[in-house]
Parts: sequence; C-alpha cells; structure tokens
Amino acid sequence: MPVEVRLPTVLRPHAGGKSTVTAEGSTIGEVLADLVRTYPGMAGQVLTEDGTLHRFVNVYVDDDDVRYLDQLDTSVSDGDTVSILPAVAGG
Amino acid sequence: MLRVPAPVYAEIIGHCLRGLPDEACGLLGGDPQAGVVVRSYPTRNVAASAKLYTVDPGDHLRADRDAEERGLEIIGVFHSHTHTDAYPSPTDVAQAPDPAWHYVVVSLRDTHPTVRSYRIQGDLVDEEPVVVEPR
Repeated sequence: MPVEVRLPTVLRPHAGGKSTVTAEGSTIGEVLADLVRTYPGMAGQVLTEDGTLHRFVNVYVDDDDVRYLDQLDTSVSDGDTVSILPAVAGG
Repeated sequence: MLRVPAPVYAEIIGHCLRGLPDEACGLLGGDPQAGVVVRSYPTRNVAASAKLYTVDPGDHLRADRDAEERGLEIIGVFHSHTHTDAYPSPTDVAQAPDPAWHYVVVSLRDTHPTVRSYRIQGDLVDEEPVVVEPR
C-alpha cells in the first residue's frame, strides 16, 4: 500500500526537491526499496549494499524508531507516515 | 553568513553550558535561503560524553516536525567542545550529515564561550561569520 515518506533535506535533491513522496510497501524494507527504485540517486544513502538500514539514517513509522521495532521488517499500514532523518553526531 | 537572533544565541550557549561536563547539542531551525536561524532546538546528547555527541533521534524527529509546522527547515546543528577550540573536529567533519547545513561549534574552554559557524562539504571546512541580531 502507498505510504507517505518524509525526506530529510539531504535526500530531497534526488527527488526533484520534494520534501514528501509516496512509496509502496507493507514493511519498511519494502518501502525503502521502492523509494530507491523510484529515486536511484538515494541508493547507498538509505540502505547499504547488503540491503540493511544505513547506520547514519534513522527511520520512523509515525513516532516509532524502527530500530526498536522490527528494523526493516517493521510493518507499515495505510495512513502511516514514514520519516527518514540523518543521524546527527560528531565530537 | 549565519544570522542568529540574540535570544536564540543566548539559548544555544545556555544549553551548552547546562550540558557540562558533557558535550551538548541541538538543531537550528530557520530559513535556509537567507541563512537565518529562527529558533534553536536543544536536544539530548545520547552519547552522554565529554568528547562525542549524538543528537537524540526522537528529539530530531520532534524538531523536524515543529520546524515544518512553522514553515521552517532544520538548517544546521550546534554542539559544544568542552575543552577544545570552536572548530570542527575530524569526527565532526567525517560525520557531517548534510552539506547544506550550518555547523555551529561552541567552545567552553575559556571563561567566555566562543561561538563559530562553518559550512562542511566533504572534507572542506569553511568558516562563516555569525551575526547576532539585536532583539
């Protein structure tokens, strides 16, 4: 099913500048894979080469961090909002 | 150039001082085209370290939503250096998440905090003036 995906500013140039896009899937993994298929410029920035979640990216389904749910197997439902945010860190 | 209203500038320094002995961090909400900070979003440092910072992801999500509701964007991040210069460390440069952001570093080494801002694109670090705008 289609879900709304909110993009961080760093990924928006790959989506023609859009801050929100739609992607298909019933799990986060499917949604992100669909996102990268539609916007190939995001390849490598959201998922790693072996298909896992990039460690410098945080993904939420509504208010829940998927790392505390089922990671890429976290299910998404109609009406959910997926938010992608970069990890912000340094020293 | 990064323009910061005086009250927001004070909030940034205050949050950094309150974070001692650890590094403190937060996000900057504003107008990316004009390089103007409108509000700061103090966040938790989940690294809880005097040498490292990680913006709490939940705080980031809330800041991002609040900024969107106000017609703003997250345009950068600020963090403190407890004992070193107000200059991006190699870790700061390596982990800078967005080349369009402003990176504010607050040094708490001396009696009076020093605040500087930078653009980080790849390995290139360019300082930009911080203009504190009067109330």
